[in-house]
Amino acid sequence: MSSFSVNEPSVRTKWFAGTLVILYAIITMIPLVWIAMTGFKSPADAISYPPKYIIGSDSDAGFQPTLEGYVNLFTTRTRQTQDYLEANPPESWADEIVRKYDMVIVGPSKFGERFLNSVIIGFGSTFLSVFLGTLAAYAFSRFKIPLADDLLFFILSTRMMPPIAVAIPIFLMFRNLGLSDTHLGMILLYTAVNISLAVWLLKSFIDGIPTEYEEAALIDGYTRFQAFYKVVLPQAATGIASTAIFCLIFAWNEYAFAVLLTTANAQTAPPFIPTIIGIGGLDWPAIAAGVTLFLLPVMVFTILLRKHLLRGITFGAVRK
Amino acid sequence: MSDKTLDRVASATPPPVARKIRGLSDRAIAWIFVAPTIFLLLAINIFPLIWTIRLSFTNYKANRIGREVKEIGFRNYERILTDSDIWLNMQATAHFLIWTIFFQVLIGFALAWLINKKFKGNDLWTTIIVLPMMLSPAVVGNFWKFLYQPQIGLFNYIIAFFTGKEPSSFQMLGEVNLAPWSIVIVDTWMWTPFVMLICLAGLRSIPDYIYEAAEIDRASKLRQFFTITIPMVLPFLMLAVLFRGIENFKMFDLVVQLTGGGPGSTTELTSINLKREAFEKWRTGYASAYAIILFVTVFGLASIYVKALNKVKER
Repeated sequence: MSSFSVNEPSVRTKWFAGTLVILYAIITMIPLVWIAMTGFKSPADAISYPPKYIIGSDSDAGFQPTLEGYVNLFTTRTRQTQDYLEANPPESWADEIVRKYDMVIVGPSKFGERFLNSVIIGFGSTFLSVFLGTLAAYAFSRFKIPLADDLLFFILSTRMMPPIAVAIPIFLMFRNLGLSDTHLGMILLYTAVNISLAVWLLKSFIDGIPTEYEEAALIDGYTRFQAFYKVVLPQAATGIASTAIFCLIFAWNEYAFAVLLTTANAQTAPPFIPTIIGIGGLDWPAIAAGVTLFLLPVMVFTILLRKHLLRGITFGAVRK
Repeated sequence: MSDKTLDRVASATPPPVARKIRGLSDRAIAWIFVAPTIFLLLAINIFPLIWTIRLSFTNYKANRIGREVKEIGFRNYERILTDSDIWLNMQATAHFLIWTIFFQVLIGFALAWLINKKFKGNDLWTTIIVLPMMLSPAVVGNFWKFLYQPQIGLFNYIIAFFTGKEPSSFQMLGEVNLAPWSIVIVDTWMWTPFVMLICLAGLRSIPDYIYEAAEIDRASKLRQFFTITIPMVLPFLMLAVLFRGIENFKMFDLVVQLTGGGPGSTTELTSINLKREAFEKWRTGYASAYAIILFVTVFGLASIYVKALNKVKER
């Protein structure tokens, strides 16, 4: 926009707009900052009233940061007698932390496993949906497919189904095929859900690549297939990468299918985190620590991805 | 050796024939590329849907494998449509849907309009505002439950701080008149940025010269806002409402973690109720009919809406 534009807002307008937006951004961040902070509190500080919010201060509103929440998140502990505790000195810094409550660490918790499941299922389904989605998107973009519009709408409409509605027969189907509570079952399921997004999004990216390059390659003696992976794929790399991250974020965040179709072996983190229980009720610092660790990767991706965000969340319908 | 001959022949023949000689035809490639996707969707979306339709006419219970399954016609549908409790769930869903869309459109559009004033650093702040919508709804519901705790929660503390009420005097999740609003607040917190992003794309799509022309015609800023900005952003806004509407009609994870449908059944949205019928009471046939009714409702409403959207776009 040129500086002579009649639409260039005045300095005062900009100040006013900036202040309001920043105010909203700060308010919107309070819950997230609060959760991140709670992860570093002791259970007593986490539920104190009035709330403690100054890190490392001795005043009433202050708390001393501790890794208790993280230790509790990753370990299982048992209470021991005073004699046992005296006879066995703490083995690590983590052990030392739990000794305050007359406890010893007896092993790892399930959180690591669940987190790993999230990673395996997330990456597995992302790879599969992007792989299949790229092929389908290329075909829809470049070839005349009979009923292409209907097929594309069919692909999109599968997203309108409430997850619980398809969950009933999928539950029965997985039970019959032995796919319940397996990584493979969840990967296939998430791929089926994600592929609609992948096809629509990748089609919008591939549509943007001029066909002249491929035609030139075809004239130079490439086969269609060679032209596809030597000419089109490299140009679609950015689109493929951002599609992949959107698929990954979906699979990472999904809860409804995970809670209904997995119980132990293939359970992902979202259904697991709320079940973390401490002594005398929910262990809020441990839950907060789990939430923080779980949300952090998505936040990083969002910041990296900010330029492609709009296309991703609107199925490629809106381009900036 | 033979490869070279083939190539020479191919380069001398017209392109379509050449392509056939070297590898597969375009049509074959098109089908090979599309088939796996269609197959997967048929297997994991359409086949289950057909199965659901079939189950909806039976009294099947998934937890009793040996039990005889009877065809009972439309009895499940009759029972659902005459059940007053289900209408209450529909009302709860409608309340949730209408108010979340209302607030998100209002705040989302206002934010987009402010961000479009292009103040310094607007990109950074936009990214920060967008963060909540990328997070896992179930996990968000889980930690908002912590913020909503009556004695120890931050939300109650902040409200109490500004209103002078006792923070333990109200329970966002425990009171019948507050719980429906507690889910509206969290959903608005989470999804306002979505509406904002789409509105922002709409605002940025308006070419400058339209405003310049209006300026020459001495149209006031207010008039420009109502005759240029609003009509030009409307198709985008309607798209945002469509996406939010479909998503919130299906709403499950956030609310199940936050209130679990309670207190009583004040926040028991249709999806939550459906889950209870299907996976807690194990009335599979009944729940299947319920699922079909919900799917037809959302599909029907969405189709009508898309028609309206296209009319707006044509204008």
